Amino acid sequence: MSDNKHIDDVTGVETTGHEWDGIRELNNPLPRWWLWVWYASIVFSIGYWVLYPAWPYPGGYTKGLIGTTSRMEFIEDMKKAKALQAPYEQKLSQATLEQVRTDPELLEYAMAGGKSAFSVNCSQCHGSGAQGFKGFPNLNDDEWIWGGTLEDINFTITHGVRNETDDEAHSTDMPAFLQDEILTPSEIADVSEYVMSLSGTSTDAVSSKKGQVIFAEQCAACHQAAGEGSTDLGAPALNNTIWLYGGDKKTIMETVSNSRKGVMPAWGQKLNADVIKKLTIFIHSLGGGQ
Amino acid sequence: MVDTPHNTNIDRHDVEAVNKKENRPLYKKREKIHPKRVNGGFRRLKWWIMAATLGVYYIVPWLRWDRGPGIPDQAVLIDIPARRFYFAFIEIWPQEVYYLMGLLILSAFALFLVTSLVGRAWCGYTCPQTVWTDLFLVVERFVEGDRNKRIKLDRAKLSLSKITKRIIKHSIWLLISVATGGAWVFYFADAPTFFVKLVTLDAPFVAYATIGILTFITYTFGGLMREQVCTYMCPWPRIQGAMMDESSLTVTYKEPRGEPRGPIHKGQSWEGRGDCVDCNACVAACPMGIDIRDGQQLECITCALCIDACDTIMDRVGRPRGLIGYATLSGEEPPKDKKTLVHNLLRGRVLAYTSLMAIVGGVMLYALLSRSDMDINVLRDRNPLYVKLSDGSVRNGFTFKILNKSHLQRTFMLKVNGVDSPEITVVGNHRLNGGMHHFVVEHNRVKNYRLFIAVPGSQINSASADIEFVLTDIDTGQTSTYDSVFRGPEK
Repeated sequence: MSDNKHIDDVTGVETTGHEWDGIRELNNPLPRWWLWVWYASIVFSIGYWVLYPAWPYPGGYTKGLIGTTSRMEFIEDMKKAKALQAPYEQKLSQATLEQVRTDPELLEYAMAGGKSAFSVNCSQCHGSGAQGFKGFPNLNDDEWIWGGTLEDINFTITHGVRNETDDEAHSTDMPAFLQDEILTPSEIADVSEYVMSLSGTSTDAVSSKKGQVIFAEQCAACHQAAGEGSTDLGAPALNNTIWLYGGDKKTIMETVSNSRKGVMPAWGQKLNADVIKKLTIFIHSLGGGQ
Repeated sequence: MVDTPHNTNIDRHDVEAVNKKENRPLYKKREKIHPKRVNGGFRRLKWWIMAATLGVYYIVPWLRWDRGPGIPDQAVLIDIPARRFYFAFIEIWPQEVYYLMGLLILSAFALFLVTSLVGRAWCGYTCPQTVWTDLFLVVERFVEGDRNKRIKLDRAKLSLSKITKRIIKHSIWLLISVATGGAWVFYFADAPTFFVKLVTLDAPFVAYATIGILTFITYTFGGLMREQVCTYMCPWPRIQGAMMDESSLTVTYKEPRGEPRGPIHKGQSWEGRGDCVDCNACVAACPMGIDIRDGQQLECITCALCIDACDTIMDRVGRPRGLIGYATLSGEEPPKDKKTLVHNLLRGRVLAYTSLMAIVGGVMLYALLSRSDMDINVLRDRNPLYVKLSDGSVRNGFTFKILNKSHLQRTFMLKVNGVDSPEITVVGNHRLNGGMHHFVVEHNRVKNYRLFIAVPGSQINSASADIEFVLTDIDTGQTSTYDSVFRGPEK
C-alpha cells in the first residue's frame, strides 16, 4: 500500500489506503512530542523490567537487577523508623509510668504511640474517641470501674476483666438476683428505685424506701453504703449520672435481675509491656486519669 | 557604497517567514529560525532588561540580611525543612501562605494591566523564556556568526571546524543551563555553605536532581525549542487577546503607509508607492519566524526587534522612522498629547485592573503591617463532642497550639471567656502560677498542648456556647484570640 499513496483531495492529507464503500480514512499522524513520550515510556518500562521484579515463570519470578521490591523498601523504611524510635523506646521501657507522665518529651511520644495502639486494638469496643458504648465504658470520664490511677489502668489492660485466659484478671462478679432466685421481681423493682434515688432520679419514694433495706442487705457490701462503689471489686459508683448500661428503671432492673458480666481480654498476652505502657499513658491523658 | 538617502540600494533578504500561516501545517517538523542581529533603541533596552533580570536571578540568593542569632541570615530563603519563607524583613510561616496567594493574584493583575496597556510586553521583554533564548542567541552569534554565516554553517558538510563550533556552542549553552539550575537551589538553602557542599558533592541528591532537571529544561527550551515554547506550550498567547482592546498598544506594521510595497531603485521617486521597500529586514530579525506585515499574530511576542530593523532601513532610504512601531490595535499612533493619553489611561479595563491591584495590594499591606508575632490555634475534639463527669459537670477537650513567631522565648497565659467558672487542665503542663497555666514557648516555634475545660452542670444552659480563648504574653501584654464553641448535652 505504501508505494501508491492516496492523498485526499479536499484536505490534502494522506489516507490510510483502506476503502470501505467509497469511504477513506485520513491518516493524521500523532503529534511528534506525543510519539516521543510514548517511545520514552517504552524505554522506561524496559528499564523497569530489568531493574525490578517483573515476569513470572513457573516456580518463581524475575528478581530484577537492583534486588529490591516496594515491599522490601517498605520494610527498610520501617526499620529506619524503628531505629529513630529506639532511643525513646529504651527510655520508655526503663521509666516508671509516673516518670513518663512528667517527662514532656516521653509523654508526647507515649501519647502518640498509645493513640495508634488504641485505634488498632481498643477502638472496636471502646470507640474511636474512647467514648464507649453501652456495656463498654467511656474512658474519657472520671469514673473508673477498676481504678483510674496509672497503675490501675495498666493492670486492667494487662490482665483484662473476667476472661478465662488470665488468672490475674479482674474476676469479681455481681449475682444475677432474679436468675439466682435471691430476690423477687417486686423486690428488684424496689431496689432499682432506690438506686435511682442515689443520683436523684427516683420518682416513687415509697418503693425507694423499701428498696433501701434490700440495698443495705444485698448490695452495700460491694457498692458501699452510699452507693459510692468500689474499684477493688469492680463495683461501679451508683451515686452519679454515669451509667455503663443505662440509668432508666427498666435497664437497672435488667442489670440487677441478670447481672452483666462484661468481659475484656488480657492484652498482656498479646501486646508487649511497652505498648501497654503507652496505652496506659494515652488513656490516662484522655482527661479522667487520677 | 554611497550612502545618500535617496539613492541607496537596499539588499533584499532572501527570507521567508517560517511561521507564516500558510506554512504552518499541524504536524510539521520545526524549521530552524536564524534571527539576524539588529541595533537600535529597543535592542539596547532589551540588553538592559536582560542584564537586570539575570542579575536579580543570580545575585539575590547571595544577599544577606541579619536576623539575629540562630536564624538564617539569607535575604531571600525558602526554608522547606523548617517551613519558613524569609524575604528581607518579612518572615512567613506555613499558616500564612495566603500572602503567597495574594502575591500571585497581584502578579496576575499586573500582567493583565500591562497587557491591556502595552500588549505582550511581559513576553517580549521580561519572560524568562525570552531572556534566556536571547542569551543563548548571543552565544550562538558569538560562536557561529550572524544569520548568513549560521545558515551557511547549517548547510555545510560536516568538517572539523563545524564540529568544533558546534561543540563550543553547546558547551557554553550547557554551562549557562547548569548555572541556571544551580542558582535555583540556592533559594532553598544557605547559598555560601551550600555552594561548598555542591562542589564537594556533599549536597543531597534532590539538589543535584533539581539542577539536572532545570539544566535540561533550560538547554532544551533556550537552545532547541525556543519559539515553539511560546507558540505551542505557553497558554498565555491564547489568553492575552481577552486583555486587549482597541486602545492597547502593540507592535504594528503600518500598512497604509507601507503599501504598496516594492523594492526601491536608485533615483526612483516615492510618489505613488508605499514606504515599505520589501527588504525583509523585519522578517530576518524576527526570533519567532513571522512576518509582522501579515498583521497581528499569535506567535508575535512583541519583542520589538523588527522595529529596530525597519528603523535602520528607513534611516538609510531617508524616510521617517516608525513604519513598524507601537500603535494601538485600532491603528492609531501612541498618544502624544495629554488629552488622548489621559483618555487612553482612563479606560474601563485599565481602571478595573488598577483598582483590583490596589485592593489586593492594600489588603496584603494591611495584613503584613498588622501581622502579629504570636498566634493561637484551637482545634476542638469532635469525638467525643463532650464528656459528662461524675459530679455532673461537662468537659470538652481541645488541641491547642501556640505559635511564637518572635526570636525570643516567651511565656503566655490563657484565659477562656464565654462560660462560667471553667476549670482548665492541660496534659503535661505543670507550670502553674496563682492557679493560671503558664505556657513557655521557645523562640520561632509552635507548641502543642492537650487542654480540657470542665464546666459545672448547673452552668450549662445550652447545647453549644460560644467561647473565646485569649492568650496573653505575660511580659508585653500582647494578646491573640481564637473563637471556638463549648458543647454540652442537648437540653
